[in-house]
Amino acid sequence: MAGLLTFTSSSIYCATANVHIDPWKPVDFAIITHAHSDHAKPGCKHYLAHKDSASILKLRLGNDISLQTVEYGEKFSINGVQFSLHPAGHVIGSAQIRVEHKGEVWVASGDYKVQDDYFSAAFEPVPCHTFITESTFGLPIYKWRPQQEVMNDIREWWKENQVQDKASVLMGYALGKMQRLVKNLQPFDHKVFAHGAIYNVNEQLRNAGFDLPYIPRVTADIDKKEYRGALILGTSSSLNTPWLKKFEPYSTGYCSGWMAVRGAKNRRSVDRGFVLSDHADWNELNWVIAETGAERVYVTHGYTDTFARWLNEKGIEAHEVKTSYGDEEEDVLPEEVVA
Amino acid sequence: MKRFTNLFLQLDRTTKTNEKVELLKAYFLSAPEEDKIWALALFTGRRPPRPIKSSQVQEWALEQAGIPQWLYRESYSSVGDMAETISLLLPASESTSDKTLSDWFHDFIDLAKKTDDEKKAFLINAWKQLSPYEIFVFNKLMMGSFRIGVSQTLVIRAVSEATDQEAAVVTHRVMGNWDPQVTTFKELIHAENLADQHSKPYPFYLAYAIEDELDELGQPNEWFAEWKWDGIRAQIIYRNKELYIWSRGEELVTGKFPELHAFADFLPDGTVLDGEILCFTDERPLSFNVLQTRIGRKNVTKKILQEAPVALIAYDLLELNGTDIRKQSQEYRRQALEDLYKSTSAFPAFRLSRLLDFQKWDDLKSLHKQSRENIAEGFMIKRKAAAYQTGRKKGDWWKWKVDPLSVDAVLIYAQKGSGRRAELYTDYTFAVWDQGKLIPFAKAYSGLTDAEIRRVDHFVKNNTVEKFGPVRTVKPKLVFEIGFEGINASTRHKSGIAVRFPRMLRWREDKPAEEADTLENLRQILSQYR
Repeated sequence: MAGLLTFTSSSIYCATANVHIDPWKPVDFAIITHAHSDHAKPGCKHYLAHKDSASILKLRLGNDISLQTVEYGEKFSINGVQFSLHPAGHVIGSAQIRVEHKGEVWVASGDYKVQDDYFSAAFEPVPCHTFITESTFGLPIYKWRPQQEVMNDIREWWKENQVQDKASVLMGYALGKMQRLVKNLQPFDHKVFAHGAIYNVNEQLRNAGFDLPYIPRVTADIDKKEYRGALILGTSSSLNTPWLKKFEPYSTGYCSGWMAVRGAKNRRSVDRGFVLSDHADWNELNWVIAETGAERVYVTHGYTDTFARWLNEKGIEAHEVKTSYGDEEEDVLPEEVVA
Repeated sequence: MKRFTNLFLQLDRTTKTNEKVELLKAYFLSAPEEDKIWALALFTGRRPPRPIKSSQVQEWALEQAGIPQWLYRESYSSVGDMAETISLLLPASESTSDKTLSDWFHDFIDLAKKTDDEKKAFLINAWKQLSPYEIFVFNKLMMGSFRIGVSQTLVIRAVSEATDQEAAVVTHRVMGNWDPQVTTFKELIHAENLADQHSKPYPFYLAYAIEDELDELGQPNEWFAEWKWDGIRAQIIYRNKELYIWSRGEELVTGKFPELHAFADFLPDGTVLDGEILCFTDERPLSFNVLQTRIGRKNVTKKILQEAPVALIAYDLLELNGTDIRKQSQEYRRQALEDLYKSTSAFPAFRLSRLLDFQKWDDLKSLHKQSRENIAEGFMIKRKAAAYQTGRKKGDWWKWKVDPLSVDAVLIYAQKGSGRRAELYTDYTFAVWDQGKLIPFAKAYSGLTDAEIRRVDHFVKNNTVEKFGPVRTVKPKLVFEIGFEGINASTRHKSGIAVRFPRMLRWREDKPAEEADTLENLRQILSQYR
């Protein structure tokens, strides 16, 4: 079926405009929903993204990329096709791409979450005829609690560790999760340190003018006593690595939507799993699709077959689509999609 | 309930044994008296029968959650636990509840007499008062499998520390036949002279597999060696004119083995024997499979008694004339066992485990090769000076098992695991070749490292040919060496063969699927070893 957008072997493609959305192979013109590495791949001749994505895209794809930025809601035309970007609430600068041609509206949403994280612009549903959705947590077992409750749990855990003179090593995705944590856990009354990868992202964002506190990086010359009672921000891949040794004694916490299931937490042998995700949960996915008023839905990654079947049974035409985005078929919770 | 839920939550958060014991100990020191006995019952596998059928629990949960059956199944296959899946699917609760653990259990017991409508109303009302984690624990209480990484040994350690008693004493008291509905925690743990104590077995002494060369054990003349039988480990207790047969799983199995009731006529009062229950015909032990089939039957029929009569091969004596002799040496106990055997009028169900004759370790090594011909799994090697200890201990008792039988087979189906492996394809079905077709013959779950499991999981996801519910058919490419302990003809399996304890010995990455073994290879093993 020739729609306004099609699913090719390299991207979500708009043939009329000759524009690719989140291509996983190098193309001439790429519109990027957000700067996570499964959506923003190197090698394209020209990129377009929201302006808040610029600093991280340059950090990850190189300072010399050809990059054009826009504001949310700013309309621009390519070959008669009208485009605009709208907040997706997933990470800083993340956007849904609205594409309109001859009265037909498609929205490619990339990754999104509905709860406001007070750092990325809050999600807004965009009315459309056809909606392209993720389904990372497209099972009814995934239902998030309000963010504030999870932050309280984290604070309580940190306090308990302080009483025992332990360091609290809190792990999660460096881009998105960590800024969300910092924004919502501050002000800090104890020391906080960050893994180099997180430090780099934070500093890049601070230099670009975003309001984040300075958090020193963990370095070899820091006296180990400094870590007693401190909060250490680690990446998802720090778990069970020698990097942790210097913090002993410590307790580990891991922030991810996957932590909703005991088995997922226990298999990672972390002390605490905090259910905190930058993706929509089951109820939110359903709410968003209802809000868009879409007649047709394409499900790109996650529990695609399940979620598409559910939508079809509810009377919404839905199709599974194979893409290279954080696909459960390719990766079981790899570091890059455990967001 | 909040206190117990919290205990469960805390236990779930730690993998450290000492922390678990501390948590349990704190619970047993602070919980209400009537809750303690229920907690102990749960941790030692004495949950009362399910008050509601699990199919009904599931049906009513789906109704509340507003989702179809197929979506439940998808959810379950990502969670791997029914109690937890339901707790995640139900809508948020509306109120809270102050009911205690024992309150809930009394409700469960009352439910047995209620109608389905009343049961449904009870359950929905209960769910509405509980938080998601409480619902998870509540569901476990109601329907368990109650496994949360707390072994009976851990619980016993905690109770013994909390009540300031010797662990062996607590073990002895916790084992056996008690009912949380009528026994109080005080009676069970603290009371000194209870009549029902007569039924209790001693904790079994268990051996580790031998790790080093036999020579490392020292002088051969300091050791006994016996065949290691593949049956059911059991204690036969005759006290106060009553006979009790306990399996190692701490199950009272007296009724399952009428042939052994003759022990009541022959043993002196105050006797406890340790040994192996096996089926025999014509003086020859039968394979474990026969025994297993027999145990599976509800009633012991005449036919079974004729075709597969059991006997006890006794190898230890723990109590003699009402005196606990476990602290005496193996040699002393062996002599006492032989004396008892000789003084007992012969009856076919009482056999003595033969001591093997050897001067040098090398004698034993050559004898070991005859294990399978003797329907044995290998040897038990016991230090003559050994006391009868509690639980699995190193040093004095060793098992030396024969190498498993094995074939190279092809992975054809995969299914996700449960519990901590719920997101990974960890449960595999293996096939061997027969006239150009792959015939499934065994399922195996264990034997791979976590890193290998992740690689196989990756393979499964990228090489799926078909999905049948949770099962995926994969391209027949990967070959594994599958080890097993026993082999039998079977009419219930497509291959005509059933293997016992199949497991993956190693991943044969060097072998293409075409070179895997055939059904004919399996038939040969069958004709050699059955």
